[in-house]
Amino acid sequence: MSSSTNSPTHHTSTIGAIGAPSRRNTELALLVFAVAIPVFAYANVGLAISDQVPSGLLSYGLGLGLLAGVAHLAVRKFAPYADPLLLPLATLLNGLGLVVIWRLDQSKLLQSLPNFVTAAPRQLLYTALGIALFVVVLIFLKDHRVLQRYTYISMFSALVLLILPLVPGLGANIYGAKIWINIPGLGSLQPGEFAKIVLAVFFAGYLMVKRDALALASRRFMGLYLPRGRDLGPILVVWAISILILVFETDLGTSLLFFGMFVIMLYVATERTSWIVFGLLMSAAGAVGVASFEPHIQTRVQAWLNPMREYELSRQITHDGILHSDQLQQALWAFGSGGTLGSGWGQGHSDLIRFAANSDFVLATFGEELGLAGIMAILLIYGLIVERGVRTALAARDPFGKLLAIGLSGAFALQVFVVAGGVMGLIPLTGMTMPFLAYGGSSVLANWALIGILIRISDTARRPAPAPVSSPDAEMTQVVRPS
Amino acid sequence: MSELTLTVMRLGFLAVLWLFVIVAVQVIRSDLFGTRVTQRGSRREAARPQQSGRQQTRQQARQQAAPPPQRGQQGGGRRGRNAPTKLVVTEGTLTGTTVALQGQTITLGRAHDSTIVLDDDYASSRHARIYLDQSGQWIIEDLGSTNGTYLDRSRLTTPTPIPLDKPIRIGKTAIELRK
Repeated sequence: MSSSTNSPTHHTSTIGAIGAPSRRNTELALLVFAVAIPVFAYANVGLAISDQVPSGLLSYGLGLGLLAGVAHLAVRKFAPYADPLLLPLATLLNGLGLVVIWRLDQSKLLQSLPNFVTAAPRQLLYTALGIALFVVVLIFLKDHRVLQRYTYISMFSALVLLILPLVPGLGANIYGAKIWINIPGLGSLQPGEFAKIVLAVFFAGYLMVKRDALALASRRFMGLYLPRGRDLGPILVVWAISILILVFETDLGTSLLFFGMFVIMLYVATERTSWIVFGLLMSAAGAVGVASFEPHIQTRVQAWLNPMREYELSRQITHDGILHSDQLQQALWAFGSGGTLGSGWGQGHSDLIRFAANSDFVLATFGEELGLAGIMAILLIYGLIVERGVRTALAARDPFGKLLAIGLSGAFALQVFVVAGGVMGLIPLTGMTMPFLAYGGSSVLANWALIGILIRISDTARRPAPAPVSSPDAEMTQVVRPS
Repeated sequence: MSELTLTVMRLGFLAVLWLFVIVAVQVIRSDLFGTRVTQRGSRREAARPQQSGRQQTRQQARQQAAPPPQRGQQGGGRRGRNAPTKLVVTEGTLTGTTVALQGQTITLGRAHDSTIVLDDDYASSRHARIYLDQSGQWIIEDLGSTNGTYLDRSRLTTPTPIPLDKPIRIGKTAIELRK
């Protein structure tokens, strides 16, 4: 795995691939760093809360380190040229998420809630499952182009995954958003998280075939390329589905995520700005239209526009039948009291958010205890993951891989935006979770699978071109190449 | 736990977190691979010569900081004291651009993977190349361009050694080798 395996041997041009080394040792060093930071944070929380290094430090540190090590070895074995940053960045976020979940487990206030469970051991288990899924993806997905064969199967399974929460008896309505299913004995699952990946596969396969028609057959009008009426079909269908999600599952985030992902991929596939304009107009029209008659969305919008009123209503006994929640206002206060440098690990009061403090609102704890400086670092780490995804798309040689990488990283970015924006009061709050940080099995599993696919694509993209093999046929059929 | 320790740990953690981000960005920086494209001064900068000078030195420093992979395979110590060290664009839209000569072949043309991407209506996509031959001479060779490559006033027909400070003309662009 040395860098010298690919030194160019032809002398005619300096331009061309400068040998891409495998960078596995860089990854290992970063990974050690990425495990050390959560261990430091963990010790920090223990010292702040109970004046002693927490007893579980060794087991959590070893657990996270072991998982990261397994993932690293799998990458070394099955994707040796993969991007060196994706794994450490994801590990760091996952580790920090574990620390915050453990820290919120220690809160007396949350412990007194009726539905309290110690979430940290479970999250560690989910992380282990997530890493296992990551390794499985690396082992069994030898070439991401295989996924292209399942374009329409993916569409079908994505639709099934999206419809599952609506099936009576299986779906669970948790605080208004119907994006969960209950599996007896296993707990609840958010199928939308997995649908995100499957849908990216479908969009990539579909757009790869159709992009020429979508890109070329168009009229120019006022500086925009307007697509033909019949080419609007696919975007209208996806739009309609996302509106249906909004109406029936009443979750703005899921709807926005899928439609946004489609528009991003459509734009990348066709290079036509008009799709973005159309997409923005359509999603705005759809959201406003649905919000005008769906009470749950209206509540969310009201809570977003005026969180303080919602806070006051939650303190009173109201008879309007709507569940008022002070969560958003508490989250905003948490961000505010964190200030620039934060209150320090374990010294904030973000547990006042109570329900979902460690899942949907996990960012508020970071905001309070690490302050603006910490939040910016966390968002930058998300940004770096997305950047590596886009870079992978740029480097990928096949159009399917390009579109898939863009779709996955676009969906990841949109999810971070939707959740962070919701918690910070930029957009109405949705029921999605922060990838890797938040407590929740589906989210951790799905996102590790997503990182696995990105690593697979980046391995294919960065792998040096194989040396020409001298096959016996080559002597019989001589190919004369120019230059 | 004393207030001081907690404050130190709080700031220490933020520092470590940011250190990780910075290290990650450094890895990205060292990870940029693919085609090496020479940064060219834009038209706006050509209008402001005092700025383009600074740009030029910075760019040159960057070029020298990253030695091309073929260094050592050719040239080496064979070059004499009069050997040119850089190639300067003296006329045309790229005026002020310099490329350090370190034994690598330089391709000129409108193609995006050229070392110097010419933004010139009279240039072909793969117009010419400049390379170091066995004897340590820099040679220019026309790659079958439409409008031809001129050394001083004469159109090139064969690979020709380049004298110092003599302009090579491609369309409206002129290039010189300098010490």
